[in-house]
Amino acid sequence: MSVPSPTIRVQAHDFDLQMEVNALTGGRTDIGAVVSFVGLCRGEQGKLSALELEHYPGMAETEMKRIADLAIERFSLTGATAIHRYGRIEPGQNIVLVIAAAPHRHAAFDGANFIMDFLKTSAPFWKKEHVADGTSGAWITAKDIDDKAKDKWR
Amino acid sequence: MKVNLIYFAWVRERIGKAEEEVELPESVVTVDDLLSHLKGLGEEYETALEFPDVIRVAINQEHVEHDEAISGAREIGIFPPMTGG
Repeated sequence: MSVPSPTIRVQAHDFDLQMEVNALTGGRTDIGAVVSFVGLCRGEQGKLSALELEHYPGMAETEMKRIADLAIERFSLTGATAIHRYGRIEPGQNIVLVIAAAPHRHAAFDGANFIMDFLKTSAPFWKKEHVADGTSGAWITAKDIDDKAKDKWR
Repeated sequence: MKVNLIYFAWVRERIGKAEEEVELPESVVTVDDLLSHLKGLGEEYETALEFPDVIRVAINQEHVEHDEAISGAREIGIFPPMTGG
């Protein structure tokens, strides 16, 4: 069987989880497990009015594909999707979608987890907070915990 | 050599531009050299690159370490640690 090519998109508009799962699994009988992850914008108890997502066009897609290809190889995934939004995103709205498909559940869980851990620390995206009192807030600081999460896959 | 520099997030805001083409002296060999050279270009660069250890760099849209040589680079991205996902 040929190695599957992941679906990678960087877009301003929203995505539809069910539609993306259907696109990945439709017409196939080799998939026994699909794990999806959706990251949303938190309101931080009313303090946040929106996030501004900046990205490095071109490199963002390339890096997401590289990460998804690594996951496909490492966990023998039969399919993977990664979609990341950019621009202004308000509390409650979607930011990122990762789907991993495999014959069995462990590979699908691990694949989705792996893709997210690497996406957080290696894909060129940056979040800026806009706070509810109208002032432009600060750039979000990278967390050590995210680097540690990535290190567990070594 | 001539190279296109692209800045993102707070690096872009502090330098005050999103990209520029710069002519680099021959003494600039590695990413480290490049960051030191840029720091000397003015106060806004010095503020943006005050702590070079946290700055991330990509050559031709691929992550590189600071000891990497920049020869052959067409485009160098300079940015803070990533916070997507």
